[in-house]
Amino acid sequence: MSTLSLTSAFTLLLKRDMTLAYRRRAELVNPLLFFVLVTAMFPLGIGNDPKLIEAVGPGVIWVAALLAALLSLDAMFRSDYDDGSLEQFMLSAHPVSILVLAKVLAHWLVTGLPLFIAAPLLAVLLNIPGDAIPTLMLTLILGTPVLSLIGSVGVALTVGLRRGGVILSLLILPLYVPVLIFATDAVKTAIVGIPTTAQLSILSAMLVGSLVLAPLATAASLRISLS
Amino acid sequence: MVADLTRVSGRSRFRDKTEDNYIVHRIVTTTAVPTATFEARSLECIRDDRVLFDDLCFTINPGEALVLEGRNGSGKTSLLRIICGIRLPESGAVLWEGEDIFRLGPEFHEHTAYLGHKDGSKQDLTPLENLRIAQGLGKAREDITLEEALEQVGLYGFEDVPTRNLSAGQQRRLAIARLLVTDAKLWILDEPFTSLDRKGIEQMERLFEGHLQRGGMAAMTTHHRIGFKEEVKLVRINLSEQ
Amino acid sequence: MIVRFFHQMGSPRYFYGVAGKLIPWFMVSFLITLVVGLYYGLFVAPPDYQQGESYRIMYIHVPAAWMSMFIYVVMAVSGLISLVWRIKMTEVIVISSATVGASFTFLALATGSLWGKPMWGTWWVWDARLTSELLLLFLYLGIIALHSAIEDKRVAARAVSILALVGVVNIPIIHYSVEWWNTLHQPASITKFGKPSMDMSMLIPLLTMAISFKLYYGAVVLMRARAEIVERERNSRWVQDLVEQEAK
Repeated sequence: MSTLSLTSAFTLLLKRDMTLAYRRRAELVNPLLFFVLVTAMFPLGIGNDPKLIEAVGPGVIWVAALLAALLSLDAMFRSDYDDGSLEQFMLSAHPVSILVLAKVLAHWLVTGLPLFIAAPLLAVLLNIPGDAIPTLMLTLILGTPVLSLIGSVGVALTVGLRRGGVILSLLILPLYVPVLIFATDAVKTAIVGIPTTAQLSILSAMLVGSLVLAPLATAASLRISLS
Repeated sequence: MVADLTRVSGRSRFRDKTEDNYIVHRIVTTTAVPTATFEARSLECIRDDRVLFDDLCFTINPGEALVLEGRNGSGKTSLLRIICGIRLPESGAVLWEGEDIFRLGPEFHEHTAYLGHKDGSKQDLTPLENLRIAQGLGKAREDITLEEALEQVGLYGFEDVPTRNLSAGQQRRLAIARLLVTDAKLWILDEPFTSLDRKGIEQMERLFEGHLQRGGMAAMTTHHRIGFKEEVKLVRINLSEQ
Repeated sequence: MIVRFFHQMGSPRYFYGVAGKLIPWFMVSFLITLVVGLYYGLFVAPPDYQQGESYRIMYIHVPAAWMSMFIYVVMAVSGLISLVWRIKMTEVIVISSATVGASFTFLALATGSLWGKPMWGTWWVWDARLTSELLLLFLYLGIIALHSAIEDKRVAARAVSILALVGVVNIPIIHYSVEWWNTLHQPASITKFGKPSMDMSMLIPLLTMAISFKLYYGAVVLMRARAEIVERERNSRWVQDLVEQEAK
C-alpha cells in the first residue's frame, strides 16, 4: 500500500464520520450539555463559598470532561458494529489502525473539541482567574484526545457486549488518572502563577504516546471483539 | 483462459476428465509448487463446545465457486468468517497463494469482498456515498463507475436517496453493488439472496456468474438452489455431513 | 530444546499432568516458608524503634504489594505470548492469575489501612502507594469483569490479554503520576517502608514471606489452570477418560 492510498483512506473515513455526525447534528450538543450540567452541579453540592469553588474548580472541570468523554465513547464504534460496517473495516485493504485513527479523530472533533470551546465559560462560572484560562484550554486540547485514544481501546474491547457501558467505565477510568492528575495540576499551578511547562510537556508526551500505541491496541481489540 | 476451460468441463463427462488432467498437468509444468489460489487446510471450528467441523480441506481456483450447504447451525457462517479472516479457526490454516492469510492481513483483504448477514451500509448516507466508501476501503476497480455498479444491481435512480428509505431488498442490492466496485477476486457471500425477489435473484446470479467468468472466485452459502448455467464449476460442501 | 519444552507445555493434556505433580511440592514449600517467615517475623525480629510492634504487619503487607505487581506483570507477559503465538496454556495462566492478583492487591490495601490506623489515626490516607494500589485493584477488577462478560472463553482470554498489556504499559505512568500528585498535595508523611538499610533480622523474614507468597501463587495458579483446562477441554477424549477413571 502506498502512502498516498493510506492518506486517502484516512481522509475518506474521516469525511464519512464527519458527514454522519453532521446528518445527526441534533445529537452533537448532548456531550457538551452534559459537560456543562455536571460542572454546574458541583457548586450546588458543595456550597457557594467562592474560595472553595475556586479551589475545586480545575478538578471539577476535568472530572466533568472525563465523564463527558466516557459518556460519548460508546458511540464511537456502536453503530458501525450494529450495521456491519465494522466488519468491512476489518476486511479492508488498509491497516485497521489507520482507519481507527481516522475514527478516533472524527470522534474527538465531534465530542472533545466542543468541551475545549466551552471551557472558558465554565472557568468563569467556577471562579478560575482569567490568567489560568489559557492553561486550562491548553490542558483540554492536549488531554481530551488522550481520553478518546485510550477510550477507543476500551470501546473496542466491549463493543460486542450487551452491557458494555458499565464495564467500559471500569476498564478505562483508572487509565485516565494520569491525564486527570497532570491536567488539573497544571491549571492549579497556573492559578498560583507558576510556569506549567513540566505538566504540559508530560501531557504532550502522553498524547504522542497514545497516538502511536492506542490505534494498534484498538485495532487488535476490534479483531478480537468481532471474531 | 480458465473460463474457457471450465466452459468445456460442463459439457461432457469425457472432456471433463481430460480437462482435469490438463489442469493438473499445467500446474505441474508451470509452477514449482502446486499451490491453489485459495486453500483451506484441515480447518477445525468449535463453537459453544460443539465441534462444527473438523479436518475440513478444500481449494478454490479462478473460475470456481464453493457452495456451502448444511442445516442451520452447521457452521456455514462460521466457515465463511474463517475464510475471510474475521474468525480464527481452532486449528488448521487458510492460505492465499500459499501464504497464511493472517500473516498477509490487508494484502489478502485487497483480494476479497465479504457480504455478511449485515449489509454494512450506513443508513444516513446515500447509496452513492456508501459505495464510494466501499471502494475506498478496497482496491478500486478501474473499469466501472459507481453509477454503473448501481445500475447493474437495479438501483438506477436511487443514487441520492438516503439508504434508510430503501426497501430491504434494495438495501441488499446496494450491498451486492459493493462487490462490483472493488477489484476483489474472491467474493465471500453469506446468504446473498436474502430479501431479494425472484427477478432480483436471477439478476444477481448473472452478476456472480459474470464474476466467475472473469476469473473470479466465490465462496457462498445459500438456501436458494443456484441457477447458474452449467458453465461454472461449483464445489459443494455439505457441512451437516462432515 | 526450549522450543520443544514450550510446545509440550502448550499442550493442555501435558500441562494438566505436570501441574498436578507440581502442586503438592508448591504447597508443602509454601507452608514451610510461611511458618518460618511468620515465626521469625512475629517473634524473633526486634520491634521497630519508631513504630514498636505494629510494624510487624509489614510482613504481610509488603510481600502482598509486591505480589500484586508481580502477578500483573506475569499476566501481561503471558498475555503477550498468547496473542502472538496463540498458545492456549498462557491464555489459561492470564485468567487464572487475575483473581489471585486481585486478592493480593486487596490484602495489601486492607493491611495498609490497618497499619495506617495507629500511624496516621485514620483508616485511609491518600498516600501514593495506597492510591496506586487502589488503582491497581480497579485494573484487576476490570480484567475480571471483562472476562466474565464475554461468553466465548477463548475470545475472552484474548481480550483480557490485550487489556493486561495496555494496563502494564500504563501502570508505571499511573504510579509516577500518583507520586507527583501526592508530593504536591500531601504534607510528607512518615514513609511506612523501612530505610534501605533495613536490619538483616527484619529483612530475612520479609524475604522469606515474599518467597512464601510466590509459592502460594504458583500453587493456586496451577490449580486454577487445571480446573480451567478441564472445563475448556471437557469434550476432548483425554478429559472424558480422566472423568471415567475418577468415577471408578
